Amino acid sequence: MATINLRVNGKAHTVDVEPSTPLLYVLRNDLDLSGPRFGCGLGQCGACTVLIRGEAVRSCIRPVSQVQGAEITTLEGLAQNGKLHPVQQAWIDEQVPQCGFCQNGQILTAKVLLDKTPNPTDAQIREGMQGALCRCMTYYRVQKAVRLAADTMKGERA
Amino acid sequence: MSSRRDFIKSSGMLVVGIAATNSLADAFVGPPFMGGQNAAGPYPDPDFHQLDSWIVIRQDNTATFFVGKTDLGQGTGTAFRQIMCDELDIAYDKTSCVMGSTHNTVDQGGSGGSDALQTDGYPMRRVAAEARRVLLEMGATHFGVPVSALAVSDGVISVRRGGSLDPPTRGDKPLGLSITYGDLIGGRKFNVTLTGRNTDATTGVAPLKPVQEMKNVGKSPQRYDIPAKVEGSLKWAVDVKAPGMVHARNVKPPVAGATLVSIDEASVRGIPGFITVVSKGNYVAVVCEREEQAIRAARQIKVDWKKPATAPFPASDDLFTYMRAASPSSTGKPTEIGATDASFASAATVIEAEYDVPFQGHTAIGPAHAMADPSNDQLTIYTNDMKSYGMRNGVAEFLKMPRDRVRVVWMEGPQGYGRTAADDAGFEAAYLAKEIGRPVRVQWSRQEETAWDTKGPAYAFKMRGGLDAQGNVVALHYDACAADHNHLGYNEHETVLISQLMGIRKATPSPGRASLPSDMYVIPNRKQTTRVVPLPMPFETPLRTGNLRDPDGPQVTFAAESFIDELAVAAKADPVAFRLKMLQASTGDDSGFKRARSIVCIKAAAEKFGWDPRPSPKVPVGGDKPLGLSEDILTGRGIAYAYRSQTVVAEIAEVEVNRKTGRVWVKRLVIAHDCGLVINPAALTRVIECGALYGLSRALHEEVKFDTEKVTSVDWVTHPTLTHADTPERIDVVLVNGDPNPNRPDLQHYGAGETMCKPMLAAVANAVFDATGTRLRRIPLSLPRPV
Repeated sequence: MATINLRVNGKAHTVDVEPSTPLLYVLRNDLDLSGPRFGCGLGQCGACTVLIRGEAVRSCIRPVSQVQGAEITTLEGLAQNGKLHPVQQAWIDEQVPQCGFCQNGQILTAKVLLDKTPNPTDAQIREGMQGALCRCMTYYRVQKAVRLAADTMKGERA
Repeated sequence: MSSRRDFIKSSGMLVVGIAATNSLADAFVGPPFMGGQNAAGPYPDPDFHQLDSWIVIRQDNTATFFVGKTDLGQGTGTAFRQIMCDELDIAYDKTSCVMGSTHNTVDQGGSGGSDALQTDGYPMRRVAAEARRVLLEMGATHFGVPVSALAVSDGVISVRRGGSLDPPTRGDKPLGLSITYGDLIGGRKFNVTLTGRNTDATTGVAPLKPVQEMKNVGKSPQRYDIPAKVEGSLKWAVDVKAPGMVHARNVKPPVAGATLVSIDEASVRGIPGFITVVSKGNYVAVVCEREEQAIRAARQIKVDWKKPATAPFPASDDLFTYMRAASPSSTGKPTEIGATDASFASAATVIEAEYDVPFQGHTAIGPAHAMADPSNDQLTIYTNDMKSYGMRNGVAEFLKMPRDRVRVVWMEGPQGYGRTAADDAGFEAAYLAKEIGRPVRVQWSRQEETAWDTKGPAYAFKMRGGLDAQGNVVALHYDACAADHNHLGYNEHETVLISQLMGIRKATPSPGRASLPSDMYVIPNRKQTTRVVPLPMPFETPLRTGNLRDPDGPQVTFAAESFIDELAVAAKADPVAFRLKMLQASTGDDSGFKRARSIVCIKAAAEKFGWDPRPSPKVPVGGDKPLGLSEDILTGRGIAYAYRSQTVVAEIAEVEVNRKTGRVWVKRLVIAHDCGLVINPAALTRVIECGALYGLSRALHEEVKFDTEKVTSVDWVTHPTLTHADTPERIDVVLVNGDPNPNRPDLQHYGAGETMCKPMLAAVANAVFDATGTRLRRIPLSLPRPV
């Protein structure tokens, strides 16, 4: 066991765990977060996605010791000052989720995609979202919501 | 807003607190008259003959509906609220819905068969109508006027006299113009007894409203469960924690049918947090304080297994050969109209084809999980089990506990489309919690879930059809063989995996079934024969068959509707016109107007698509000139149709086929859907889009592969699924109502969760044939390259 210092959603936390513990289990079991979820433990599905340094990171395969000092954002930390992120709002406006279990990964992957590519083409959306799997098959609505969020964010920048 | 679970911080740990966070629902989550949820038990069944079990109205004029179904992400909770608001006459945003837990909602069976609205919608409407009737009577007493002098809107009862509102008085005291439901009954019991021989038949004496008077039906309020899922605030079944809770992982046999010889506990004793190994028969689990410790222990533990003497199943590559040669374990009763064999003998053209559909897994995005708490000598199981009531009965029998000392709290989870009808993790958590006396959370791994979850049965079909000289179908023989022996039950304790691994055997395994096509074609001579074949090892197998979304509709419709297309090709007929001709051949035998509605759906789909009548294929067979977008891309379109129960769906797929890579992309989908009365068009549209894409995933990607010892499909690489890259550019959903009297006041609301999965496999195969002239008869569809 080792003492690990983490910054998650703007708050500092100290946990005492094996350094090799995947970040996901610390977020879920020690910090009581429920946005990132276990889907595969293999980095294949995206359900466990968190944001670190502007990247969508698969927390199920990232040892907690490697993310000390980094600012980690989970789905719970995406809203700012009580206002949903435009991607989240688009998800509600488009009524995207079915069961919703994978939507953490869909939303955070979309956020990173739009940060890097503010005006994505349909092909760029397909490619950028490719690794976020959904067994309810909400892909069509996810892609609509990504386009809606892109429009909203464009409006906010203007 | 509807979440009924409150998670209270305690000792630095998230603890399951049993109170409501529902902004409407003060501090209870069940009808408060049932002993309360915080009670340590026992947990009697809510009495379905009491109105108070179904509806609670509070002083602030809000209402909560208690529904014994589980909303698996398709918006049934929202739809229940809509229809119940209409019957009760209360504003939608003043209501909430509590679903699916055994101690606070009546046993309506949980989910299955897309029957939520079709079956259970009616008792829910009737109890709401009864509550309205009782409240109006209370209002009449309050104002001292007859019920006929009252009007009600949005939970407010007003007096009308001679057409105008006239404030009544009691003595000299004016009583005001109106009173709310909340003022009449808020916080108190109705104490009204209902009748009905079972929950489905539950009723009071109030009549239902004509659908024309329902204000919320046909509107699209947003689903109430979505905001918390998008914000990250929802607590799911995977999030439940309790003081002293520990983590367990299963250790599965490395080879199907292996027998446990010995466990070397020393191999894991040194792992920090290690608590114990639990085993019985061939069931083995490790238990640790922390989750990552349990994962490590499950990987590290040394267990000696003995392989079975004979192979448990053929390899997946040999499956269909095996199935066609195997002796049946049961044979369906053949059906025949006309004289099929004689008609073949006189037919101008006879064609035959075989179709194969492999085992396909449920492969939920989140593997099986549950938490069981054995406090107070009770068992509380927190689970996403779609059939929570069945699990309660099953666990009570499995652990030999009184039923009223077991409760199952349903919480949201990954949609499994039938996976949780046999909810292995819930039984395992219950067993382990009882064994070690602490709350236990069980979480399956991805590899475990993909390999060992329940499977949709594999099918091998043989079709034979005869045409007369004019191209009319005169004879059709459908023959189906399903690998479905020992099909699992609904959480029956002898059928879940832990039970099988412990050596428990159901005395009479379920025979399973091979199903029949669901079309309304009029074919004068038609024979249908079916049989079920067993695999060598029926128990403890990763190829356990269970209900997978419309349990065998996609398989059967793939064969049936592909072959209708082949007959259309043989008749050189347009596939839409060919189908309509068979449907329009009779107006008799049309229960529920299913034939009339089939015709409307096919026509609506063709019209929306802009269907250009012509025979398939687009490329003449043997022709070498591609007629696609370019040298590399061929295009085509295909149609298929089916019904499930009373819901009818026609689907058209437009495909692009890459000649070099063989990749099939469904560029456009049109789905015409008739489920009778539509409660929430926007939510339904999304369910249909997703269900159609789910059918597409099964058409293009999904197959459970195995060698003769084990399943080798174990993750998203070895068991692929549809992804964003496959998503069509455009999906058009057409909600049609093909009832000959679409405005009748008693228009039924039929189930809508599964039918759209059925035709997709054939629609895509037919479109690929249209594009390429190559007929694909095996799922997943795969073209030889170059095309």
